[in-house]
Amino acid sequence: MSLELRNITKRVAADMLIYDTSLVFEPRSFNVLLGTTLAGKTTLMQLMAGIQKPTSGKIFFRGEDVTGHSVQKRNVSMVYQQFINYPNFSVYDNIASPLRVAKMDANEIDRRVQKAAELLRLGPMLKRKPSELSGGQQQRTAIARALVKDSDIILLDEPLANLDYKLREELRDELPKLFSDRDAIVVYATTEPSEALLFGGNTATMHEGRVTQFGPTSSSYRCPQDLITAQVFSEPPMNTAKIEKRGSNLTIFGNQKWDVGAAGMNLKDGTYTIGIRPHNIAPFKHGKTIGKFNGKVLVTEISGSESVIHAKVNDQTWISQSHGIHAMPIGSNAELFVDLDQSLFFDHAGRLVS
Amino acid sequence: MAKISIENLRHSYLPFPNQDRDEDYVLKKLSIDWQDGGAYALLGPSGCGKTTLLNLISGLLFPTEGRMTFDGRDVTRASPEERNIAQVFQFPVIYDTMTVYDNLAFPLRNRGVPESEIDPRVKEIAEMLDLTATLRNRASGLTADGKQKISLGRGLVRSDVSAIMFDEPLTVIDPHLKWQLRSKLKELHQRTKRTMIYVTHDQTEALTFADQVVLMNNGEIVQQGTPVELFEKPHHTFVGHFIGSPGMNILPCEVKGGKAFFAGHAVAAENTSQVTTTHTKLELGVRPEFVSFAKTGIAAEVVKVSDAGRFRIVETRAAGSSIKLLVPEDETVPTGKVKLAFDKSHTQIYANDWLVGQAR
Repeated sequence: MSLELRNITKRVAADMLIYDTSLVFEPRSFNVLLGTTLAGKTTLMQLMAGIQKPTSGKIFFRGEDVTGHSVQKRNVSMVYQQFINYPNFSVYDNIASPLRVAKMDANEIDRRVQKAAELLRLGPMLKRKPSELSGGQQQRTAIARALVKDSDIILLDEPLANLDYKLREELRDELPKLFSDRDAIVVYATTEPSEALLFGGNTATMHEGRVTQFGPTSSSYRCPQDLITAQVFSEPPMNTAKIEKRGSNLTIFGNQKWDVGAAGMNLKDGTYTIGIRPHNIAPFKHGKTIGKFNGKVLVTEISGSESVIHAKVNDQTWISQSHGIHAMPIGSNAELFVDLDQSLFFDHAGRLVS
Repeated sequence: MAKISIENLRHSYLPFPNQDRDEDYVLKKLSIDWQDGGAYALLGPSGCGKTTLLNLISGLLFPTEGRMTFDGRDVTRASPEERNIAQVFQFPVIYDTMTVYDNLAFPLRNRGVPESEIDPRVKEIAEMLDLTATLRNRASGLTADGKQKISLGRGLVRSDVSAIMFDEPLTVIDPHLKWQLRSKLKELHQRTKRTMIYVTHDQTEALTFADQVVLMNNGEIVQQGTPVELFEKPHHTFVGHFIGSPGMNILPCEVKGGKAFFAGHAVAAENTSQVTTTHTKLELGVRPEFVSFAKTGIAAEVVKVSDAGRFRIVETRAAGSSIKLLVPEDETVPTGKVKLAFDKSHTQIYANDWLVGQAR
């Protein structure tokens, strides 16, 4: 039942949209494609759906080569960022449309539409037109349409991006539940690391047309194989700097000395790039091995319970995200502390070494 | 720059609204005082009336009732030109064929400002926005965030505007760049001390940008306050739900003999003593940040653990209610049956959704 992309590439004129990519998706799996705009998420989805043909490589479904099959011949559902519904159809008819195309029996259609509507809490809206619905309800209708037919592959391309923050939170909670009892392969594209984390499942991090890592979401986040994956998967952005390791010492920012800590202890002496997530830096001491530095405050952002301090160090902006309210005036000197045991070390090629 | 005052503003899109029918109005009697030089956010879900309010302030719409003043000057019926408010929209509005420099200079040239004054001003704004190196480039070649920076710059370049309004300015920007642009905006506010009004449905953006947040729902202001006030002391259960991610836990409760009880278990709350017999539909509100696992306390069962990176969101069920709590990344999460404790100073009682003991 698995979907396999084998050495897929996609080129349009001189632009390489997807570089050599091989991935296997298992049935009943929830997979996230995580990357910035133009990383190649949508192109990869369109290749899976058969909307686009790969320039080279093959696509297998249940072991069968489906590379040449059109989108109609593949049993695929897709939901887009824009709410796409038939404006002159009722919600009921919108949800029923793929089943009517498949010439399904009317009783069975009704049973399925009612069930999908119940799952997505659209029961009272079935007679309305999409224009009479809120954005969240319109997108629920599009998702319900993707659910009614027993698709083998369900592709969701940033489906929550145009929704209100709180609605997004709600649907994010509901989505995995909707798919949990299906055999389908679900693929979900997003630009937001927090979204990928909350879904769990597997994540493929994407950057400039390449999949940089694919595996369980938690391990892609906690053990990124390289610097790019770590950066794609860090929000706020990860702080990085060149460091020199000598014995039990680290030298950073040219002359600042830190203890090496547990994370870098087994590294050979030499120069590396250190990656420190913002939540491992705070304006107070925390953790076992502490690295201290001073920065000039650019701005402090305070939400209800956290403070994000942006500070300039050696012409670089560093970000600290910590618990509590720590207001610091612009231009003041911030003393910041790093929990070094949580840091990541990358070699010259950007590969994770510790 | 100006102090903006809104008094008893009411707005209806109906030609003949019935004054006694609240449903006829999309905005229901709002009053706001915004000081000169402040950073404000108008926050609320789609359809809450925030865009209507924005259009009323900028003069694109006139209110059905009420009054609006800028520095004491009545502008209720003034045209957008007379009000002089700069606006930055969701999608960058720029001239693709012009250079970055000409885009930034455009609002000044349009008003006949001499080139000798324009040049230093454009350069100053470009410097603040890190656009100096691209000044001679065509705007069409820029990325979405680069274009949005120009839109911001055009709002900032005129020193005579009453206020700058931002309508969901970061919607089309990727998360990584959002962080940069948002902190840039905050920095610019602190450096220029312009009155800035930021309209959004995104609580993170509102809380991190603004000194004062106005939270709206159904055409009404539910609460105005600092981000910390909205977080720590929501005046209404809607505020508790809307601010914070995940939102506040709201649990049914009863008060007997000066004590609050949830599912038969006594819970210490900050405002229990202010509950009177006239209060109905009593509920306890406690944020996931202030719930912890304990040896004794409310019996619950862990039903779901979601990874949020630096912490986990743990969902438990207790006596038919869902209670969420946050557990730091480096702590273990127990499974099965657990006991929960609430931080008393952050546990509040609500009656009919409003915070007990809080003047409205």
